[in-house]
Amino acid sequence: MTSNGLRERVADFLTAHDPATTPRLEFLRARFDAGLAWVHFPDGLGGLGLPRELQTTVDGLFTAAGAPSNEPERIGIGLGMAAPTILRYGTDEQRKHFLRPLWTGEEVWCQLFSEPGAGSDLAALATRATREGDDWVVTGQKVWTSTAHQARWGILVARTDPDVPKHRGITYFVCDMTDPGVEVRPLRQLTGEAEFNEVFLTGVRIPDAHRIGDVGAGWQVAQTTLMNERVAIGGRAVPREGGMIGVVAGLWRTRPELRRAALHDALMRYWVEAEAARLTRERLRQQLAAGEPGPEGSAAKLVFARLNQEISAFELELLGEEGLRYDDWTMRQPSTVDFTGRSPGYRYLRAKGNSIEGGTSEILRTIIADRVLGLPAEARVDVQVPWKALPK
Amino acid sequence: MNLLYTDVEEDLRASVRDLLTDRCPPETVLRWAEQDQPYDKALWRMLATELGCAGLAVPEEVGGAGASLRECAVVMEELGRALAPVPFLGSSVMATTALQVAGETALLADLASGARTAALALPFSAAPGLWAPAEETVTSVADVATADVLLVPATDGLYTVDTTAVVRTPVTSLDLTRPLCDLTIDRAGATRIADAETGRRAVDAALVAGAALLASEQLGVAQWCLDTTVAYVRTRHQFGRPIGSFQAIKHRLAELWVAVAQARAVARYAAGCVAIADEDAPVAAALAQAFCGPVAVTAAEECVQLHGGIGFTWEHPAHLYLKRAKSTALALGTADHHRAALAELVDLPQASTQVA
Repeated sequence: MTSNGLRERVADFLTAHDPATTPRLEFLRARFDAGLAWVHFPDGLGGLGLPRELQTTVDGLFTAAGAPSNEPERIGIGLGMAAPTILRYGTDEQRKHFLRPLWTGEEVWCQLFSEPGAGSDLAALATRATREGDDWVVTGQKVWTSTAHQARWGILVARTDPDVPKHRGITYFVCDMTDPGVEVRPLRQLTGEAEFNEVFLTGVRIPDAHRIGDVGAGWQVAQTTLMNERVAIGGRAVPREGGMIGVVAGLWRTRPELRRAALHDALMRYWVEAEAARLTRERLRQQLAAGEPGPEGSAAKLVFARLNQEISAFELELLGEEGLRYDDWTMRQPSTVDFTGRSPGYRYLRAKGNSIEGGTSEILRTIIADRVLGLPAEARVDVQVPWKALPK
Repeated sequence: MNLLYTDVEEDLRASVRDLLTDRCPPETVLRWAEQDQPYDKALWRMLATELGCAGLAVPEEVGGAGASLRECAVVMEELGRALAPVPFLGSSVMATTALQVAGETALLADLASGARTAALALPFSAAPGLWAPAEETVTSVADVATADVLLVPATDGLYTVDTTAVVRTPVTSLDLTRPLCDLTIDRAGATRIADAETGRRAVDAALVAGAALLASEQLGVAQWCLDTTVAYVRTRHQFGRPIGSFQAIKHRLAELWVAVAQARAVARYAAGCVAIADEDAPVAAALAQAFCGPVAVTAAEECVQLHGGIGFTWEHPAHLYLKRAKSTALALGTADHHRAALAELVDLPQASTQVA
């Protein structure tokens, strides 16, 4: 289908489903069924098997028509991580079952990956899944789980075979967050709020039908999730001066009394870095338009984390006295990160998470070195040893 | 703006790389640098005439290939990668751009065919908005050693001067592979090709195009340094392991790869903007020099460091890339100059020095 054909299809859809009068959920479901949810997905699964870049056109047309949104910022984990993984490794039944309510936002997803003892070394995870008849019984603890308190489903990696080396004994599941064995507790962060949670899994029953990929293949399946996560964190298309640089550039323009000679060159260095990062993301977006995210997404995420931290720190210096104040330490559970809506102090503190969440910057450098540059792996002691024999 | 490479550009790159791999390996470059002959004229003829690179940015009706500065940028990448001793930047990019603005087609056709080369009579450190009309003597001029014609900016316009009327004194340059000359110019036989206003525009356009495309050369330099270093640390063993398996080295090279990937996006954007004279071209060119120059320098410095002892020798080509990288970071405006230029262009004014 051509770009024009697609435009016609959207126009026809909008004629048949008036955004002003069609109930929100009904509209979103119909949009999914018309293949206009994510056009690069296959026919029957919300897409039309078209190139990914055409989605921008579709989204623009729907926005212009005042169509209801599925509020992607609220369901980012589902859209950015669960969906591509289910598409790639799920069975036909799983795809049909999960993808539609995921996209419409009826069902929020969360990610049950990190554990207290398995952060950067995710493959060391200790949450156990044991087979019982047609079910798996899962016990363990997960951490850093955003939206767990709102989620209907969680993508879960758990250990199904402790007797083989750690990467080979992991299986990937979809966990029902309403199971009585799931307990979610907010985890307060240094910003004062609790974006994340701890999730305790005690005898949670997961039907084998909710296993994604083969038993023992969870590590490979998780790679798809993680690659997409890094693209989601670092790979958004933004206009010039979008993001943190726009905040300080705006401050510099509107508050001449804050300007100091020594800070000007620093500001321009950040401006140059931010614009270079923006163009790099744009180039990556053009590369991805046809294909799958590769490890290059790690670069965008690495740069984003560094710049967001440096520029948010710069904002506090620029502000001087005002930087001494914080907006609110109240413990809250926000559903999204309101980075620009909060105070400069919050931005400075929240940005510290950017180099930890979604793969630490150190791990990302190792990924680039190994997978992009093909450098030899570090000498390791944990690869050929059964997981149960590793020191913990 | 397409920031990727088109199929045509990839074909062009392959042809240029084949030629340079054959005619311009590192040991040859070092040999040229040690001789008095600054440029490889045979190589220039093949690049300029046989591959048609000299006329890439020149319209077909003036005898060029009717491509654009985008394609020239790909050639610049390859020339940077090989440190090829040819006057492409000075003649086929900068002088060519100036002549197009000035509307001087006869000389332009000669440059496009590779029959003659020309150079702008300004120090190589001149930048858009940061240059003055040439006096009788001009110092540190690049790509002039074998040039046939000089483009001389004067207060009342832009002139061409045959280099037979110019005394060229080679200087010892930091960059062994891009020789510089001091000039003493006799203007008796000079020809005015543009009035003051057009001449100023022609020179600024040449400097913007030069700054934009120098970024692609810097990208080529950085890419060579990265590739060469990665290859080296994979095979060099110490402590019973390839040194590329040590995290201290992996992480440095990962950071360098990220920087080079960014430089590629920035350089592509700059080339794309100057190719179509986009209104964002001054920003794109200043950004390119503020970003890509320092990346090339970092890449060359990392290359020397991570090669250890061998990287500090005259025999290993790393030093040639270090000298080229550092020189290009000073050429056509330093990074701080371009940051200051950007501040003006994007309305982020300097702090006032007045006390309230």
